[in-house]
Amino acid sequence: MFNLSEKNKKFLVPIVSVVAGFLVGAIIMLVWSYNPIQAYGSMFSSALGNMNGIGETIREATPLIFTAIGFAIASSAGFFNIGLPGQAQAGWITAIWIALANPNLPKYILLPVCIIAGALAGAIVSGIAGVLRAYFGTNEVITTIMINYIVLYLCQYLMQQIMSPKLRVDMDATKTVSANGSLHLDWLANFFGQSRINAGIFLAFIALLGFWWLMRKTTTGFEIKAVGLNQFASQYAGMSAKKNIIVSMLLSGAFAGLGGVVQGLGTYQNYFTQTASLDIGWDGLSVALLGGGSALGILIAALLFSILKIGGLGMQTIAGIPYEIVSIVIAAIIFFIAINYVVGLLFSRKAAVKTPTDHHPTSTQAVTLGKEEQL
Amino acid sequence: METKTQNMIEMRHIVKDFNGFKANNDINLTLKRGEILALLGENGAGKSTLMQILSGLLAPTAGDILVRGKQVDIKDPNTAKALGIGMVHQHFMLAAAFSVWENIILGDEPVKRGKLDVKAAHQKVTALSKRYGLAINLDAKVADITVAQQQRVEILKVLYRGAEILIFDEPTAVLTPQEITEFIKILKGLAAEGKAVILITHKLDEIKAVADRVTVIRAGQGIATLRVSDTTDDQLAEMMVGRHVNMKLDKPAAKIGQEVLNVSDLKVNEARGNLAVKGLSFNLHQGEILGLAGIDGNGQDELVEALTGLRRVEAGQVTIKGKNMTNKKVREITELGVSHIPADRQKFGLILPWSVADNMALQSYYHEPFSKHGIINFNAIHEHARKLIKQFDVRTTDENLPAGELSGGNQQKAIIARELDRNSDLIIAFQPTRGLDVGAIEYIHQQLLAQRAAGKAILLISYELDEIMQLSDRIAVLHDGQISGEVRPADTTDRELGLLMTGAKKEGR
Repeated sequence: MFNLSEKNKKFLVPIVSVVAGFLVGAIIMLVWSYNPIQAYGSMFSSALGNMNGIGETIREATPLIFTAIGFAIASSAGFFNIGLPGQAQAGWITAIWIALANPNLPKYILLPVCIIAGALAGAIVSGIAGVLRAYFGTNEVITTIMINYIVLYLCQYLMQQIMSPKLRVDMDATKTVSANGSLHLDWLANFFGQSRINAGIFLAFIALLGFWWLMRKTTTGFEIKAVGLNQFASQYAGMSAKKNIIVSMLLSGAFAGLGGVVQGLGTYQNYFTQTASLDIGWDGLSVALLGGGSALGILIAALLFSILKIGGLGMQTIAGIPYEIVSIVIAAIIFFIAINYVVGLLFSRKAAVKTPTDHHPTSTQAVTLGKEEQL
Repeated sequence: METKTQNMIEMRHIVKDFNGFKANNDINLTLKRGEILALLGENGAGKSTLMQILSGLLAPTAGDILVRGKQVDIKDPNTAKALGIGMVHQHFMLAAAFSVWENIILGDEPVKRGKLDVKAAHQKVTALSKRYGLAINLDAKVADITVAQQQRVEILKVLYRGAEILIFDEPTAVLTPQEITEFIKILKGLAAEGKAVILITHKLDEIKAVADRVTVIRAGQGIATLRVSDTTDDQLAEMMVGRHVNMKLDKPAAKIGQEVLNVSDLKVNEARGNLAVKGLSFNLHQGEILGLAGIDGNGQDELVEALTGLRRVEAGQVTIKGKNMTNKKVREITELGVSHIPADRQKFGLILPWSVADNMALQSYYHEPFSKHGIINFNAIHEHARKLIKQFDVRTTDENLPAGELSGGNQQKAIIARELDRNSDLIIAFQPTRGLDVGAIEYIHQQLLAQRAAGKAILLISYELDEIMQLSDRIAVLHDGQISGEVRPADTTDRELGLLMTGAKKEGR
């Protein structure tokens, strides 16, 4: 029965977190005398109530799916890749640059080249942290954070100093990519009320399938998961820790880079000055955690996040709630999602008590059963 | 007045229910003054739960406890201490940087005018040590004394706190044969001084040597309480496991073949960079079991890791099947035909959250039929697991159960199934029966003997002398990273092995 309760837990924990987040958000709104029902109503109606809203919600979710997959792969191998913003930014500027430099290449060549180059750029950025970790044991949390800053300002330098001025509108933005380098699809945008939804969502679905297949069906995924769960046992089984660190970081960065590519070639069609690390990187981290690292979970969580973001705008315009309060409400919801882990702990404690003591303690039960075994 | 036959402890109809699982189900236990009572049972039989109830760590669901004839409610460990119940744990709880006497008084220090009364403390501890024959240098640092001496410190600690009832948890697991003889004397001395002793153990010969009575527990129930003088080992083992256990292994003469493993002048460092294996040489043949005896921490871990590619060899050579395999990758060594049953099955042997099926493919997932061109065939993995579960009698609901949910014995069976199924020529079995009950030990020993009969070379590294004596064709004793002697089981005694294990005696080879 433990199996089943473990499964239930996987579904229950994120749902409880989300509901708790919405409740706290409602309390905050009540404190400032806003009507939470009206506010949440306007949130959902603007995000999902019309075709344009739906299109924008999907568009917002697209890059998050990629960055979340990136985070999930690294975290399966036991690494905390918080360099997603930098990796995504590298993918973004690379794809835009190549598209701008070769505006007349046929679409079936230019688009794949841009996409692959963006993924490679992300992989190179994360690969640095991977190699440092594998060969020098450098903590990847610190290196990826630092690399975020390096990428942030390096991109600025590249656009302003290295990129041909012919490709730029001014010092702070590039020109718009040609139709051959764009993920924009007329019929799709028209169907969704002239929103910025683009072909990126199809790539995102392919990525989700690829991610699922990689982790569930391949020896590479098998090894990544083994290293992440028990590095001693995986070394014992002859898996190379170094290889798996680097492979998982490269894959992680490649997906994050793709997040930047769809943001660039899909949403904005250009690159412009970034003043802070990309949101799609940070949000991708939360999406992966909320989604429990599974393909389906990531899809649902990414959509939920975009509903909050797109709906947040509606809360301001329709329900008249100040931007600050909207931000607090969204932050409260994300906060509860982030403490998912704590909510999970509450469940696991209950499960451990229920487990009969004739078993050897497993890692999760060791806390309560360790004593029993030692006496 | 208290008499020698007075019941110090009486536990009546103790039930402990963990949400429907009865860890203790109507157990009775009596302990008399001046008596040594052995508590015998398999892992998970409920001994620990019972002792936790007695020492105030758990509350019983039902049942009565009487101490010195008076009904008591042992609601916490302090109550247990006030009643004179003290426990000597299997894993010592000592401050290594403190001296012996400091450790003994720690937490219960005599104070004079706000200051530690060193003189009084010293006197009190010396008196105790004399009275119970626990000779020890009180001023030595705990870090510098042997494990057996540390155990004496633990005993003195309990006595210092006025314990009249002493519970020992698997006390001899860490001792050499000589130290065990000494320890048995100490136990008898304690009993003679009127203390009441409960001894938790697996080892039948110890029960025979020291206990007056034995209470056998199986699956949470008290099976019987017997006078030790009226029982036999076979009878006790059968009561403990619930079926007949073959105590004597059927071991045909060895059919020695070609050399499979040759280790010459091997030097390996431990984690901090000090030499742990200090020039080790031995060899091993087809159809042979070489037992490496020795006390924990004499280079066993480093040796096994070096042989299996998990640790760097500093100097010397490892030759497997005629090939120089020094400092080769783990997978190269595995592929050459080496199976490794690791000492720590939960850390090295299994990925606990994974299914039994995935764990059984841990060493071969990258081979056909389990995968092809990097794509895994889970049907093949599951089929393989179902076959092994059946063949090796792994008790699990099915192959999808996470390995962490198996009992220790079945986790070990799963590892052994995986390692033996690969049909390797060299099997390195490190503590293959650690923490297992008699039934599982018997099974694993038979499997190893079957491999020997099939012409495999088996390197058995164990801290259990009985296991080494029963299985080995040759015994090499490891002391301080070197082989202090090589003997044949038929020509040696526990005493000789004990001397070799402590390095007190060295033999030329």
